[in-house]
Amino acid sequence: MRTLTSLTPTPNAKSPVSLRAVVERITRDEVVHVARLARLDLADDEIDQFTQQLGAILEHAADVEALEVADVEPTSHPLPLRNVVRADEVSESLERDEVMACAPDVQDGQFRVPPVLGERT
Amino acid sequence: MSGLVPCATADTPVEPALPPGWELVVGLEVHVELDTATKLFCGCANQFGAQPNTNVCPTCLGLPGSLPVMNERAVELAMILGRALGCDVNRSVMARKNYFYPDMPKDFQTTQYDQPTNTDGRLELADGFVVGIERAHIEEDTGKSVHVGGGGRINEAVYSLVDYNRAGVPLIEIVSRPDIRTIEHARNYVEELRAIVAATEVSDARMEEGSIRVDANVSVRPHGSSELRTRCEIKNINSLRSLGRAIEHEALRHVDLWTTGSGPQQQTRHWDEAAGRTTPGRSKEDAEDYRYFQEPDLVPLEPTPAVIAAIDEALPTLPAARRAALREATGADADAARLLVERGQDSLAMAAAASGADAAKVVTRLVNDLAVDDWSAVDTESFAALIKMESNGELSASQAKVVLGDLVEQGGDPADHAARRGFEAMDSTELESLLDELIVVNPAEWSRLRGGDEVDRKKMQGFFTGQIMKATRGQADGRAVAQLLAQKSV
Amino acid sequence: MSALEIAAAVRSGERSALDVVEEHLTLIEARDPGLNAYNLVTAEGARAQAAAIDAAVSAGEPVGRFAGVPLATKDNMCTRGIPTTCSSRILEGWRPPYDATVVTRLREAGAVSVGKTNLDEFAMGSSTEHSAFGPTRNPHDPSRVPGGSSGGTAASVAAGFTPLGIGSDTGGSIRQPAAFCGVVGMKPTYGVVSRYGLVALASSLDQVGPFAANVADAAALFDVIAGHDPLDSTSIRDFEPTAQAVLEAGVDGLRVGVVKELAGGSGGVPGLAADVLARTAEAVEALAAAGAVVDEVSVPSSTLGLSAYYLVMPAEASSNLARYDGIRYGLRVDGATTAEMTTATRTAGFGTEVKRRIMLGTYALSAGYCDAFYGKALKVRTMMLEDFARVYERFDVLVTPTTPTTAFELGARTQDPLTMYVNDVCTIPSNLTGHPAISVPFGVGDDGMPVGVQVLAPASHDAQTFRVAAVLEAAA
Repeated sequence: MRTLTSLTPTPNAKSPVSLRAVVERITRDEVVHVARLARLDLADDEIDQFTQQLGAILEHAADVEALEVADVEPTSHPLPLRNVVRADEVSESLERDEVMACAPDVQDGQFRVPPVLGERT
Repeated sequence: MSGLVPCATADTPVEPALPPGWELVVGLEVHVELDTATKLFCGCANQFGAQPNTNVCPTCLGLPGSLPVMNERAVELAMILGRALGCDVNRSVMARKNYFYPDMPKDFQTTQYDQPTNTDGRLELADGFVVGIERAHIEEDTGKSVHVGGGGRINEAVYSLVDYNRAGVPLIEIVSRPDIRTIEHARNYVEELRAIVAATEVSDARMEEGSIRVDANVSVRPHGSSELRTRCEIKNINSLRSLGRAIEHEALRHVDLWTTGSGPQQQTRHWDEAAGRTTPGRSKEDAEDYRYFQEPDLVPLEPTPAVIAAIDEALPTLPAARRAALREATGADADAARLLVERGQDSLAMAAAASGADAAKVVTRLVNDLAVDDWSAVDTESFAALIKMESNGELSASQAKVVLGDLVEQGGDPADHAARRGFEAMDSTELESLLDELIVVNPAEWSRLRGGDEVDRKKMQGFFTGQIMKATRGQADGRAVAQLLAQKSV
Repeated sequence: MSALEIAAAVRSGERSALDVVEEHLTLIEARDPGLNAYNLVTAEGARAQAAAIDAAVSAGEPVGRFAGVPLATKDNMCTRGIPTTCSSRILEGWRPPYDATVVTRLREAGAVSVGKTNLDEFAMGSSTEHSAFGPTRNPHDPSRVPGGSSGGTAASVAAGFTPLGIGSDTGGSIRQPAAFCGVVGMKPTYGVVSRYGLVALASSLDQVGPFAANVADAAALFDVIAGHDPLDSTSIRDFEPTAQAVLEAGVDGLRVGVVKELAGGSGGVPGLAADVLARTAEAVEALAAAGAVVDEVSVPSSTLGLSAYYLVMPAEASSNLARYDGIRYGLRVDGATTAEMTTATRTAGFGTEVKRRIMLGTYALSAGYCDAFYGKALKVRTMMLEDFARVYERFDVLVTPTTPTTAFELGARTQDPLTMYVNDVCTIPSNLTGHPAISVPFGVGDDGMPVGVQVLAPASHDAQTFRVAAVLEAAA
């Protein structure tokens, strides 16, 4: 087991991306690009606000950069669960009427949407 | 037509007319729908052709609060295919591929990213060429949209209708290395993969129902170079014929762009079958930033060595080995061997030949006359008996074909079917007396057969054969009639 | 009357479930307009269920452990046919076609849900001010926030609207409002309570948990909702809920650690209020007086929680919230193409705090930064787990304040997200480690507002937190 010294912030030369360097140069353009990825249309003042706040929050988060974590396994679950599976047995599906009841626009038992541009991936 | 027919058809050039000095570089990504009873993460039926949005539940609709649970059988099938392709089966984790698309209910696809189930395999083609397999990973399918208006073209539609029955259907995506250099090999690769998928019963492998889908990564480079130049990914390829056409078109486009400028841009392109060309897909800005991360709602898959050993133990003999065995046993040519193995008729052929039926006839009869989906009623013994009846002249070729049809329909003893249909073999004395009667009635025709020129002789041979067939209601063996005419007319 | 007393009275026929429910509905009708704890009161459904319970009692049929006990359900738990909004405009009109597992379990236990309670939109917040349906107010002082995000449920229990409540906790969303409202709130070990039907904020951090006015009721509620669910892949098999069984066990000989970094000393987390620290110290003294072996302990990684949390939480949230695209349910704002429709819908349907976190998470996961941000944060979780594992070799439980301060005034912290986020500093480590933690009221601050003390335990030792909380409750 690692000792606690590994938790003491030390400069980490091995890190390929310097988080602090990244967050210090968060730009409006990046915020606009991220908003597009997230399908959000931000007003000008929101873009300014988020540019500033994202920088501030991520700079705080960049504390983790100082940690020497190269040989640490990531944890996405606190318990070591594995191979959780179910048998390949059919269970009941939903009634279509109940499924469609809350849909904004329906036609012929399908969800109707405005034109889709581009291709499926 | 499924497109998965022998590839060298007359209307498709075997190789693209790449200008001298250029080499084609192709890698294929093949999506195969796994033949499970249920979807990948929920108990909804994995079923083609149901009424829209009837095989859906909170999980495969991505409703708020729903969670996925992995289908055990899907994992097993993925590992089976992995082992059949000679892959390492690894500890794997599912990941989220984040992008917005209306066919995708969660607006992310649950797939595998940096830790796929299968890696580093190989696929040997019928001619011995080996294509490397980079990975074969598990992922979920998307729903389906119908684009209404604008002739069904996605970019001209007035609106679209979305059906999520297919959303969450388990897929395995097999990613080849860019080892393929010819269109023929690209097609052979898909054919061979399909054969392995069928042999391992991982999928029903119907390209026409979309249970096998192929994307092609195409680039070109100067001959002799080992560089990998900018590639384009071609989607919407629906048949082997389209695969060849799409690769050819794309390769020529690349050569043109390299020759006249700085080459193509890396992008996803869409094959337009009607127009015979590829068109640009989604913009680069949207693509390429999928923000992959581990799916926190699922836990890692860690097959034990015992599980993998059991899969290896249970693997069927793979198509390449079956083809070799069939050719060895029957002398079938490469095409026939491929076809019979694909249909699963190789064991029938070998058993019939082993029981003494004429091997060449066995192969011919199967290739030509047993191209049906369900031939389960045909057992080895009765099939072998049928071939023997044909070989020893008890049945003509056309009669044998009819009786084989009866076996497919009803099973049973071929002799019984022949008797019921009145397919009694006509012995040569019966035929001869019939011919004698015809000669008496048609003396002029007979002398033209004996003394006429080549054209006349042929014509009169046809005349007498026709008369005999008419009199016997087609029961006479054509070869026996020809033989008899030849003897008599000398 | 406590929940357990009500259930006993209903089971014995001494009280009718319908009377109990009616009494609580009347109280809600009279007082909730001033508090706004409820997004929706499901009076008719509650009455029907209560009547059915009374009929079952009359017929001598078995009724559940919580027969006739009114329950507040946080409005991010799916309820079949009943609007589930997450306090967001984007889920306008959505009636889930299914029940959350915890909802089903509680109905089967006879608990009667009287409505859906307010929260910070999609559980993103610590004050219940970020709700599309207006803020909830603290029953102890309506000028103050009830905490969040489970502020509606906390207020419902604190106001006596319901003896029981259900919340969810991603970074403190049960414990912090419990502390602010002077009630008991507990976050179970990750995987002990099913998340099926809980609308996700951050999948690897979210956990459903109990609220109650006292420790015994909270323990009984925990025992009902805990247990394996095959619909949740992260659910722990073979978990035996035993919270009720250990309530009388006392703390004699129990090894209690006081986390140095959260005790106000130098080198620790700054900004912890003196009154809160004083109550925490008194709580520790009470445990010592009851026979616990108390010592101070350093948990260095506890200070890293906030950084890792504000990478993991928004990253997962940005992905979980992608599905609100205007196609299958909820709000749709028209657009010329599906992409434009989705953008217009999300822009109109999400509040500012939700947008901020989606932006943060999308940025942290976007090209090139995923390993640096999210990947590193997951490694920090591993380090925290190892750090806590080391500490738990020497201690059975740890004690900290639940919150840096008592409940603050409405509007005091909404301007600066970072200040608001720091509010979660004491509660976040348990979400990152997945460990159980409880907040139990212990006295009041200088402002007369309730103070909560937090008890942490190792994974699967959920019962231990109730055991210690029972002693603190008695000493408070």
